[in-house]
Amino acid sequence: MISYVARRLLQSALILVGISLVTFVLLYLLPADPARQIAGRSATAETVESIRQQLGLNLPFYQQYLRYATGLLHGDFGRSYLQKTEVVELIASRLPASLLLMAGAITCELILGIAMGLVSALRRGSGLDNGLMLLSFVGVSAPQFVIGILMLYVFSVQLGWFPIGGYGTFSHLVLPSLTLGVLGAGWYARMMRSSMIDVLRQDFIRTAHSKGLGRATVIFRHALPNAILPVIAMIGIDIGMFMSGIVVVESVFGWPGIGQLAWQAIQRVDIPIIMGVTLVSALAIVVGNLMADLIAPMIDPRIKLR
Amino acid sequence: MAEVAISVPVAPTPGVFRRLLKRKLAVFGLIVIALIVFAAVFAPWIVPYNPDEQFFEGLTLEGAPLAPNAQFWFGTDLVGRDLLSRIIYGARTSLIIGVIANGVSVLIGSAVGITAGYFKGWVSTVLMRFTDLMMAFPALLLAIVLAAIFRPSLLIVAMVIAMVNWVQIARVLYTETRSLAERDFVEAERALGAGTFRVLTRHIFPHLVSTIVVYATLGIATTVLLEATLSYLGIGVQPPTASWGNIIFENQTYFTSAPWLVFIPGFAIILLALAFNLVGDALRDILDPTQQGHH
Repeated sequence: MISYVARRLLQSALILVGISLVTFVLLYLLPADPARQIAGRSATAETVESIRQQLGLNLPFYQQYLRYATGLLHGDFGRSYLQKTEVVELIASRLPASLLLMAGAITCELILGIAMGLVSALRRGSGLDNGLMLLSFVGVSAPQFVIGILMLYVFSVQLGWFPIGGYGTFSHLVLPSLTLGVLGAGWYARMMRSSMIDVLRQDFIRTAHSKGLGRATVIFRHALPNAILPVIAMIGIDIGMFMSGIVVVESVFGWPGIGQLAWQAIQRVDIPIIMGVTLVSALAIVVGNLMADLIAPMIDPRIKLR
Repeated sequence: MAEVAISVPVAPTPGVFRRLLKRKLAVFGLIVIALIVFAAVFAPWIVPYNPDEQFFEGLTLEGAPLAPNAQFWFGTDLVGRDLLSRIIYGARTSLIIGVIANGVSVLIGSAVGITAGYFKGWVSTVLMRFTDLMMAFPALLLAIVLAAIFRPSLLIVAMVIAMVNWVQIARVLYTETRSLAERDFVEAERALGAGTFRVLTRHIFPHLVSTIVVYATLGIATTVLLEATLSYLGIGVQPPTASWGNIIFENQTYFTSAPWLVFIPGFAIILLALAFNLVGDALRDILDPTQQGHH
């Protein structure tokens, strides 16, 4: 177990190094001149050149990367080109909003997904089951910006139940969380359904029934807890989906998280911020996958660590 | 010569289509796909108007777009163009990108997955570590950065999507190839002196076809969604070429007063992605007996 964890940690660290390198290469290839951007349009050639010197942009590629990587090891993500602030500070100030949104989305998708999957499994083959499964397919087939705008239109513009975007109170959180949760709810509904169907087929459920326990007791005390575990173990893997989702959802709802930070930085070619957010997202994804892999065998002993 | 004894029956493919037709949802998906393909192929002949023409009567006297009406069935956009015609041309964009991007990503994914699964040692290690690395990339961020590097054109958008989407199929095929390569019939074939190429093409690949078909179908849905998202952000397909995503991008600021400009293209995107997901899922059920009951 310990050697497995150690190996996975090492692998994860290598993946992060790889990602930092690939991202750095991609951003290096961007057809943009950061020095010129920082200096502004009216700056002289000498000013631009001195900024270039200062940032090390005139160094060969590998030296630039080493410089950046050394900084990273000291927790230094560099400074934003345009906002003249440390990237670490920018990310730190935006991260709580994104984490809050993620918590909201996980809550939504678990509640919706598990409820849909449970009802589907219990009414297997019925019209309700088919309807719910079709709905789960719609959930995974709908782009998040469409769902987001639809939610805004129906619940904010028409019904006036929630504010049109923004951040601060609980009612600001509802629509973005739902939007981000719809996709996951679709996946969880289908996973929950098949997991529940599997559990209901097993011997201990038959035993519970034949002991004379009521249907509700069997379902909620015996079947549900067993069926739910493999579904919950998937949350870690979901993080990749969130990290892509927040870029769109935050920009639709004007949610001040790292997704919006990244999107604004991309539009202004503010490379250190793009690098920083990409690395933080990748870190979250790697940790999520690691957690999923470590939790799975605890839940189902048939899965062996390799 | 090895034709004789050693052949394991490949998954029974005949009858797949007939079995597909027995599933209501799959039939619904097939019909939607057929209609959209038809609209895309025959776009120039079926559009009511030129999709790029700005109609004087397409705007109200105040300059606002028209809601759906008898003359413009889906209404008009902010500059008075016919939305129905733009949606029909948008189907072209979605399908062209869907087919190219998904084709390329299936090719890359298959090449990487099968190579890594069949050859042991450093080739496999390098390829799979790279795949792991791609798995940990936030896909949309990567696509956005790539789209920003290259000036977006239809082909570039397709390539960007392919670069992001090949990973899943590579992983699945890697696992399958690996277990196939260790099976007796492959060992026996090799012992009889069959070359690598022959083993791969005649004995491994046929067993992977159903998996590839399933993921290629599901992949089109993913591709359509990613294209729509990139175009919605303004870094995908560029106007004036109509794409369902960029129609929403162009008109979204007016969604409170002209909601049809967002919801009609949005509905089109959902319908197309849903159709491919339904068909792909049905194919997975039909082609993969080990997955029975697991959706």
